[in-house]
Amino acid sequence: MAETRTRASHYLLLWLLLAPAVLWLFGLIVLPHVDLALLSFRERTGPGEYALGLEQYRTFFAEPLYWDVFVRTALISLIATALTLLLAFPIAWTIAKLTRGRLSALLFAVCLIPFWVSETVRTLGWMILLRETGVLPGLLVSLGLTEAPIEMLYHDATILVGLVYTSLLFMVVPLYGSLESLDDSLIEAAYDLGGNGWTVLRTVVIPHALPGITAGCIVVFMLTLGNYLTASLLGGKNSLWFTEQIYTQFITRFNWEQGAAFGFLLLALSSAMVWLGLRLSGQKFSDVMSRT
Amino acid sequence: MAETLDKDLEAKALRKRFGSHTAVDALSFSVKRGSFFSILGPSGCGKTTLLRMIAGFIEPDSGDLDIGGRSMRGVPPNRRPVNMVFQQLALFPMMSVGENVGYGLARRGVPRAERDRKAEAMLERVGLPGSSRKRVDELSGGQRQRVAIARSLVLEPTLLLLDEPLGALDLKLRERMKIELKQLQAAFGTTFVYITHDQSEALVLSDQVAVMNNGRFEQVGTPQQLYYSPETPFVAGFVGANNRIDGRVSAIHGDCVEVTTAEGWTVRAQRHGAVAAGDAATAFVRPEVAVLGRSLDELALPAEAPVHQGIVESLLFDGANSAVLLRESRTHAEFRVALPQTGRFADLKVDETVIFSFAPERAVCFADAARHG
Repeated sequence: MAETRTRASHYLLLWLLLAPAVLWLFGLIVLPHVDLALLSFRERTGPGEYALGLEQYRTFFAEPLYWDVFVRTALISLIATALTLLLAFPIAWTIAKLTRGRLSALLFAVCLIPFWVSETVRTLGWMILLRETGVLPGLLVSLGLTEAPIEMLYHDATILVGLVYTSLLFMVVPLYGSLESLDDSLIEAAYDLGGNGWTVLRTVVIPHALPGITAGCIVVFMLTLGNYLTASLLGGKNSLWFTEQIYTQFITRFNWEQGAAFGFLLLALSSAMVWLGLRLSGQKFSDVMSRT
Repeated sequence: MAETLDKDLEAKALRKRFGSHTAVDALSFSVKRGSFFSILGPSGCGKTTLLRMIAGFIEPDSGDLDIGGRSMRGVPPNRRPVNMVFQQLALFPMMSVGENVGYGLARRGVPRAERDRKAEAMLERVGLPGSSRKRVDELSGGQRQRVAIARSLVLEPTLLLLDEPLGALDLKLRERMKIELKQLQAAFGTTFVYITHDQSEALVLSDQVAVMNNGRFEQVGTPQQLYYSPETPFVAGFVGANNRIDGRVSAIHGDCVEVTTAEGWTVRAQRHGAVAAGDAATAFVRPEVAVLGRSLDELALPAEAPVHQGIVESLLFDGANSAVLLRESRTHAEFRVALPQTGRFADLKVDETVIFSFAPERAVCFADAARHG
């Protein structure tokens, strides 16, 4: 009797502790998504009259612009993820393996500092640097490298720079975790058995760090795919970013049905990419998530 | 030339400093081909630094190192004819046992089929046939040890370095692996350089042992030489159990000296090196050298043999290694005596008064200055 009561109170406590998270998850994520799903399957048949249908999804596939923007967003996000990985790996390696104690804490802090500033301000910082009358074009002119200042904003490369910059920390942290746990003697043993820098990286370091690499890539890919601010500020009005299309449908056109359908397509895309990434790297979702 | 061919490892005035600390101090030694050479010393004596210099992970400040008759200056670890068995073994957990053993061969560009064949053959030689597909974490501690050795030996190195590989094992397994290691070395004939702080490992395994302290070799010799004729007080104190008696030299009779402690207990021992009357000196007496008795008749000693009286402080029963800890009656100096295997003292009690004696020629005495020279 007493035991069942303690068990019951145990469950009650568990639910109480979970309640904020469950409410948050349900109220702000599940409910809106259900509503959006219903919206996306709605067709307008007349003023104020709606029917269930696949019209919104049909529009997406029928209109090449939407499809192109979709693919383009996915590709740029993939490139941004790859670049972030290439850039973050040496940083994480330096923090995890080449430095100790205070220095590695300091390096971590240096990676973190940009995040004390809001994303908008950070992105505006890039604009100050890169716009036609900005710092960098001016510098190039004064160095005599270009005759007239160049507009550096509103290129795909600019979007990439911004995305990589915003995502770097989210790649460094899981990479650091997985590299930190790599026993130095494994690296030494690989050298001792005749390995060189490249083979040791390929056969020992990367296989060990793979869960961290996958985790970082998933997080960064999702962040860039769903990024709105960086793409629209650095890429301009015509950056052709998919989240911008969603924004336009919802806010400019008041076509919530179309926007909802786009939202779900983006969700499907990111889920498919994560699944593919896990399959390709041979990782389990739960293993990878415990690394992030 | 024939002489250098016979040596697999030769160190010439090898030196390494870390800041103001000299880890390895102008060390010169050589290791004979096919022998089991141990470097024995307490932690921090520089043995790990020395081993890592041989492996190539640390570059010496000065001096030279020849392996297989070739100078190793500037040769990186992956180009040395040397392989290492790491303290934590460092098997690659992301690879199968067979891939671990074949790792070095793959780095040499050996084709897969031949690599697998060689790895399998090597696993069979170390007593692990058919386990090449297993994962590393499916193996027991002793099996992993053998994989680590197989992974190195498959490359047929001139030297195999072992960095306290038995340290992580439990006692029973350690005893068994000691024997296995010795048999493996005999079977392969590869020169082993083994570092350890465990004197029993060094004594059981080695052909030659170097006792290292403060970056120098105190003595290099066979286990028997180290045990029976230590050349320095450090070796006498470090190798095997020993009773240490600090005092001053009160009398000299040829090679036999009398050492009297500050409390006034006098013991006799064989001197080693120059000892003068009045010198501060230390005598070492092994527990098994002393005999224990309850009466003089029982001991049946020669007439002039010194006899000491003691009180049993504690009984240290450990099967064949049983001993008794005594306090000398008058001065309360601690003294350890090994118990005979006959079970004659099975009924010995704490606080019982006993007599003990040891032959002076089986105890050794050093003048204290020798410790620093």
